[in-house]
Amino acid sequence: MRHTISVLVENKFGVLARVAGMISGRGFNIDSLNVAPTHDATLSRITIVLKGDDAALELCQKQLRKLVNVVDVADFKEGQAVLRELALVKVRADSGNRAEIVQIADIFRAKIVNLAPTEVIIEVTGDEEKLNAFLGLLEPFGVLELARTGRLALKR
Amino acid sequence: MKKARTSPAAFPKPEIGREMKGADCVVECLIREGVDVIFAYPGGASQELHQALARTDKIRVILPRHEQGGSFAAEAYSRASGQVGVCMATSGPGATNLVSAIADAYMDSIPMVAITGQVYSKYIGKMAFQETDFYGMTLPVVKHSYLVLDANELPRVFKEAFHLAKSGRPGPVVIDIPKDVQQAKIQPVFPTTVEFRNPTITAECHATDEQLKQLIPLLAEAKRPVIYAGGGIISAEAHRELKAFAEKTNIQVATTLMGLGGFPESHELSLRWFGMHGSAYGNWAVDQCDLLIGVGVRFDDRITGDTSKFATQAKIVHIDVDASEHNKNKRVLLPITGDVRHALGRLNELLAVHKFTAPDTKAWHQQLGKWKKDHPFSFEKSKHIVPQEAVQTLYELTKGNAIITTGVGQHQMWAAQFYQFQEPRRYLSSLGLGAMGFGYPAALGAKVARPDLEVIDIDGDGSFAMNIQELATAHIEKIAAKAMILNNQHLGMVVQWEDRFYGSVRGNTILGDESNVGSPDNPSALYPDFVKIAEGYGVKGRRVIKKSELREAISEMLAHDGPYVLDVIVPYTEHVLPMIPAGRSVKEMLLK
Repeated sequence: MRHTISVLVENKFGVLARVAGMISGRGFNIDSLNVAPTHDATLSRITIVLKGDDAALELCQKQLRKLVNVVDVADFKEGQAVLRELALVKVRADSGNRAEIVQIADIFRAKIVNLAPTEVIIEVTGDEEKLNAFLGLLEPFGVLELARTGRLALKR
Repeated sequence: MKKARTSPAAFPKPEIGREMKGADCVVECLIREGVDVIFAYPGGASQELHQALARTDKIRVILPRHEQGGSFAAEAYSRASGQVGVCMATSGPGATNLVSAIADAYMDSIPMVAITGQVYSKYIGKMAFQETDFYGMTLPVVKHSYLVLDANELPRVFKEAFHLAKSGRPGPVVIDIPKDVQQAKIQPVFPTTVEFRNPTITAECHATDEQLKQLIPLLAEAKRPVIYAGGGIISAEAHRELKAFAEKTNIQVATTLMGLGGFPESHELSLRWFGMHGSAYGNWAVDQCDLLIGVGVRFDDRITGDTSKFATQAKIVHIDVDASEHNKNKRVLLPITGDVRHALGRLNELLAVHKFTAPDTKAWHQQLGKWKKDHPFSFEKSKHIVPQEAVQTLYELTKGNAIITTGVGQHQMWAAQFYQFQEPRRYLSSLGLGAMGFGYPAALGAKVARPDLEVIDIDGDGSFAMNIQELATAHIEKIAAKAMILNNQHLGMVVQWEDRFYGSVRGNTILGDESNVGSPDNPSALYPDFVKIAEGYGVKGRRVIKKSELREAISEMLAHDGPYVLDVIVPYTEHVLPMIPAGRSVKEMLLK
C-alpha cells in the first residue's frame, strides 16, 4: 500500500540522513521525498511517499519516533490530509503550437513561467492524478525536462 | 509549535566556567558526569584530548592495545556497574575500530559514550589523512551521535549524550570532535538540565494504573503462567521488583541470556534461561503456557525460533520501555509501555490493594517440577576434561560469586548453562551482535568496575585470540582479570553446525594444522601455545590437559593475585544441547 509519511524534525544537520537511513535500512524504496523548513525555522517537515507492508511501516514509524531529532510522525490515510505536488516542465514549443500548449495549461490552471523561441517552462500544481494527466497531454509536444517536488501533505 | 516551558527560574542556573581549551572542556564535562575511568587509545586527532586528560588526576585513563579491546572494556564496565562506559579513539582507523563495540552496545542496549577525534574541520570531506565520516558510518548503530563543529557546544553535547546513553532504553552515543574544536579557546557554559524537542525522550515513561490493572484478571485466570524476563530487568535495576512479583503471583520465571541473573537461578520459581540453547524445561514451559508475561524483552529470534509457533496457546503481555518493541516480532494481547521497574513495582502495589491471591496452579508447578527433574542441563562424563565440566568446576570453586565474561560460541552457552547466576550484572556477553573477541577485554572492563569481585573470562580458543593483545593492558594496568580458555582447537559452534547440518565438512573451522590437529590425545600438536604468549606479555599462564589436575589448576588461577590464563584442553566433539535449530520451534528441539 502507498503511504504518505509526514515527519516533523529539528532543523539540524544529519537529521535527513537518519530518517532516510531508517527507511532504506528496512528495505523500503522511497517514491518521493520533500524537505523544507516550517513556519518555525528551527523545525523542518519531511514528507515521504512510499509503498510498503502496513505492519513493517507501522514499526518503521515507531522507530522513527525514537530518533532524538524527530518531533512528530504521522501516516496520512486517504482523505485525512491535503496532498499537493508542484512540477516544472520544459516543453518544446514554437510559434506553430505554442497557442495550443498555452490553452492546455490554462485548462489545468498552470502557468507559463519562462518563454523561449523553441521551448516553454510551465509550473503546475495539484494532486498526482492531475499532474500525470497534464504531463500526458504535453508528451506529444516533446517534454524536454521535468522537475517535481514530490508530494506535500498537511493534515486537514 | 513551540511548547510552553516552565519558567527558567525553576531550573538551576547554568554555570559559566573559566576560559579553557575545547579539550579541557571535554575533560571537565566527563568529570561533571561522574566519569572516573576511560579506555582510550591516542592518535593525532585525539592527542589534544589525551593532553587534557594528562592535566587531571580525576580520571583514570586505561590504554588498551587495540581500540576494539578498549571499547569492549568500556562496554563491559557499563554492563558490570550500570554506569555509562566511556571509550575514546583517534580519527580514521582508531574510530573504525570502535564500530563493533558501538554496534554491540546498540544491540544489547548498553549505555556507552564513544568519543572520537576528527581531522581539522577545514579538512573534513577532503579525504585528509586518517579521515573517515564517522558520524555517517555509525548512524545505523547509535542511539544518537554528534559532530561538534563549535567548541562552545561541547558542554551541551556532553550533557545530552550522557542523558541519552542512560535514559529510556539505553544505548551508545558517539561524539566526534575535530582537532581545531579541541584546540579552540572558549569560556564554557555548563548547562544543568537537558531539553529535547522529541517528547518521548524527556517524558517520564511510566505505565498507567489502567494499563497495569488489565493484567490482574489475566493473572487470576491463568492456569499455566510463565514470566519471560530479559535484559530490561537488568538495565532498569528491576530484579527486586521482579522477585517480589513472581513470589506474590507464584509464577515461574524463565530469563533470556540478557536477563541472566535478573532472577536468582537457584530460586524454586526459576526455569533458568530459555531459547536456542536454553533449558528444555524453560522452552517447554513457554511453549505450553497459557499466559506469558514478557518483561524487558524483545522477542529475539534466538528466543522465539519460528514466531508463528512460539507460545501459541498463550495470552501474551509485553511490558517494555520501548514502544517500538511491541508487536515487532510477535503480536501480543496486552502491550504496556513503561519503565519495567516502575511497572513491576506498581503492579506489586496494585496486587496488594486488590488483595490478590495467586490462583491454584499446582498441576502446572508439578509438571514444571517434573520437567526440571528429568531434563536438567547435563553432559556425559569423559576420560578427558569436557568443557561443561570445566565451567561447573569453576562454578563450584568460585561459589557462584564471580563475574563471568565470554567470547562467542559454544563456550558462551556452556558458561550460561553450567555457571548459575544469582545476581544481575554477573554474566557479561555479546548477545545480540555476537561479537567474538569480547571476552577478555570485557573481563578487564568488569574488573575495573568491580575490583571487589573475581572476574573470569570463559573463552574459546578462537574468540580469545581475537583480542589477545589485551593481556598487555592487564599486565601494565595491573588488572587481575583471568581467562579460562576452553581450547578445542576448532571454531566449535560452527563445527557443531557443520556436524548437524553440513555432513561434518570442515569449512575453515580448524584453528591449527589441519593435517595434525591438536587434542587431549595429541598434545604435541596443540596450537598456539597460549601459556607462552601469556608469558611474553608478563602474564602467568598454565595449560591443563589431565582431568585429575583440573580442580587444582582452577584453584591456582583463582588464588593468583593478578591476571592469569588457564588453557584447558578439551575435545572438540562436544555439542551444546539442547538445541532448537535456527528458525524452528520447540517441537524440533534436539536433546541429544
